[in-house]
Amino acid sequence: MANRIPRVPVREQDPKIRATNFDEVCFGYDAREAVLEAGRCLHCKNPRCVSACPVSISIPEFIAHVATGDFSGAASVIARDSSLPAICGRVCPQETQCEGSCILGVKGEPVAIGKLERFVADWNMENGGHKAEKAPSNGYKVAVVGSGPSGLACASDLAKMGYDVTVFEALHKAGGVLEYGIPEFRLPKEKVVASEIGAVKALGVRIETDVVVGRTVTVDSLLDEEGYSAVFIGSGAGLPRFMGIPGENLNGVFSANEFLTRNNLMKAYRDDYMTPVYTGHKVVVVGGGNVAMDAARTALRLGAETTIVYRRTEKELPARREEVHHAMEEGITFSMLTNPVEILGDEKGWVRGIRCIKMELGEPDESGRRSPVPVQGSEFDIEADSVIMALGTSPNPLIARTTKGLETNRRGCITADANGATSRPGVFAGGDAVTGAATVILAMGAGRKAAAAIDRYIKGTVADTVVGK
Amino acid sequence: MFEIVSKEMLTPAICRMKVHAPRLAASAQPGQFLIVRPNEHGERIPLTISDYDRDNGTVTIVTQKIGASTSAICSFEAGDAFSDVVGPLGVPSEFTEKSDGELAGQRYIFIAGGVGTAPVYPQVKYLHSKGVPVDVIIGAKNAGLLIYKEEMASVCDHLYICTDDGSEGFKGMVTGLLEKLVLEDGNRYTQAVAIGPMIMMKFATLTARKLGLPIIVSLNTLMVDGTGMCGACRVTVGGKTRFACVEGPEFDGYEVDFDEAMRRQGMYRSQEHDAEERYEHKCKIGRGR
Repeated sequence: MANRIPRVPVREQDPKIRATNFDEVCFGYDAREAVLEAGRCLHCKNPRCVSACPVSISIPEFIAHVATGDFSGAASVIARDSSLPAICGRVCPQETQCEGSCILGVKGEPVAIGKLERFVADWNMENGGHKAEKAPSNGYKVAVVGSGPSGLACASDLAKMGYDVTVFEALHKAGGVLEYGIPEFRLPKEKVVASEIGAVKALGVRIETDVVVGRTVTVDSLLDEEGYSAVFIGSGAGLPRFMGIPGENLNGVFSANEFLTRNNLMKAYRDDYMTPVYTGHKVVVVGGGNVAMDAARTALRLGAETTIVYRRTEKELPARREEVHHAMEEGITFSMLTNPVEILGDEKGWVRGIRCIKMELGEPDESGRRSPVPVQGSEFDIEADSVIMALGTSPNPLIARTTKGLETNRRGCITADANGATSRPGVFAGGDAVTGAATVILAMGAGRKAAAAIDRYIKGTVADTVVGK
Repeated sequence: MFEIVSKEMLTPAICRMKVHAPRLAASAQPGQFLIVRPNEHGERIPLTISDYDRDNGTVTIVTQKIGASTSAICSFEAGDAFSDVVGPLGVPSEFTEKSDGELAGQRYIFIAGGVGTAPVYPQVKYLHSKGVPVDVIIGAKNAGLLIYKEEMASVCDHLYICTDDGSEGFKGMVTGLLEKLVLEDGNRYTQAVAIGPMIMMKFATLTARKLGLPIIVSLNTLMVDGTGMCGACRVTVGGKTRFACVEGPEFDGYEVDFDEAMRRQGMYRSQEHDAEERYEHKCKIGRGR
């Protein structure tokens, strides 16, 4: 029986060694391991993994190709639904999606779908296997705001349909959170991010960096003056949250966004870049999501003793399980059921510690998670010379404020229906800009749905009125 | 890439460059800033916009060599190109939103310090074009460090110069000159605007408050992205944390916590010092070869 074969373990850098470098933690499968692991798939008639995938990749079908050694064939199956497989294979929360619903997981371990996807994508990039073709132009221009996961997914689908797509990126490099947020040791920038963005460009997508939509140009000017038939807003959730506790503006307190942007986008960890970064010797990271893990593991690699402070328990940590596991292996201290109440400063205005209160879990809240309540009188101090706040992010209000007739909800997210249509005709939105901070793959799913809706919109409305196109 | 169309040194440490950036030039407004990343390995440096030419698609930046990255920017020549120039960033000056009716009866006094004189110029030029009377104080350590005198004189009603050592104009600080203009000379202004070093803006605000004069200041905080993402630029204004990059850079001077802003500005001072030494070291090696 196939399910008697144990899941093929994946090779990783030794925790002690990797805690001192920024090279990728996981080596991924080689061809032999991938074929072996692919052999474990039961090829269910009703594959639950496919419906659990936000972009509905035909998982058993690509795995069948892997099992026979046809890696290029596997790549072309994945490419039907995903333009960023090497990225998704690395950063998707597979345990709550495809692998979480794999039938093998009921009694044993699910098929390592994420690691197989990663293998196929890496193999394809290295061996020049399946390549997507540039479609003949249909003459319509679509603008995409933001070159993160939702924007890239939307742009590649539109380009495959023949649209002339330009992506506008505010930063100097394309990739959005893939570039500024997720560290090199989890998602290599040149080998993976740049290659997959290169593949999107090969479809004919143009990427214009250094354009802040809402300042350099506006959604209105793109539609009215630059001749775009529709605009997709995939501007993400880039605005960092702070707790509003005393001492948050002390020197040595950073948003995770700042700390990670300096290291990832601006390469502060490398001597050959001029970017300064202050890490400190004892770092406290506040939060329990992937961003908190990324910040903590980056600080550790820069030589700091690092503690993660989280107000619930390990079970409620929203981060990917693999990241929590890796962080623990690398020697990060987890202080659970702990919530900061004040950041303490020295006489020069620098951080010297963080005052926390012990928490206990009370009744479940609306999200179903048990909400933490403070234990009266349990305050205690943790020594720290740097505090990194990883409390989540919300959408940047700039675009909503500068676009006529674009509605947002009370959390500042752009209001859009299931297909990404906003309150303004011709303007679509998806990803974190609509949902608030979520995952790469959900953003990609939203970008793809919006691409289909934009196609229907242009063919249905614009095409009727523009004669001769 | 963004080509440098022209370059000139205004003082031995301050350079002025015209950079080809058509999208930016088309949308820039007084009070806004931009970010330059000189090359692949450089920092993103926020700089004020000193002028813009929509017809020719250029923006003018004025940079003072104060560290490794600003020295790197000043080492570029006409014909070279910066990797990245992005903007305009920040909110335009409040008066750009005002109608001619609202501007009628207003009289502005600008207090410009050092390299902060450059971003004052487009603001004065704008108000002048609207017929608003504007006086300008330019302050510097000595006569050799004064910039934008002729440009400013051509767009303001009265230009007043002051130097710490008295080598040109009034001897003393901008604050002393401001007091003199109002208390001794009987000038009446409806609005002051101060742009310069943080410490100058702090004391200009104290003086303006004493004179009962409303004052706007432009905060040159630390920044990484300049679009609201990193929060490095956070300042306390009116008791609330604000992001200078997207909610500023201009704020009501009375409300700004200058002491915190100055402390935060120095956050990377030791690293900057190291970088500068490395940069100079490299340059010396380069020159030796």
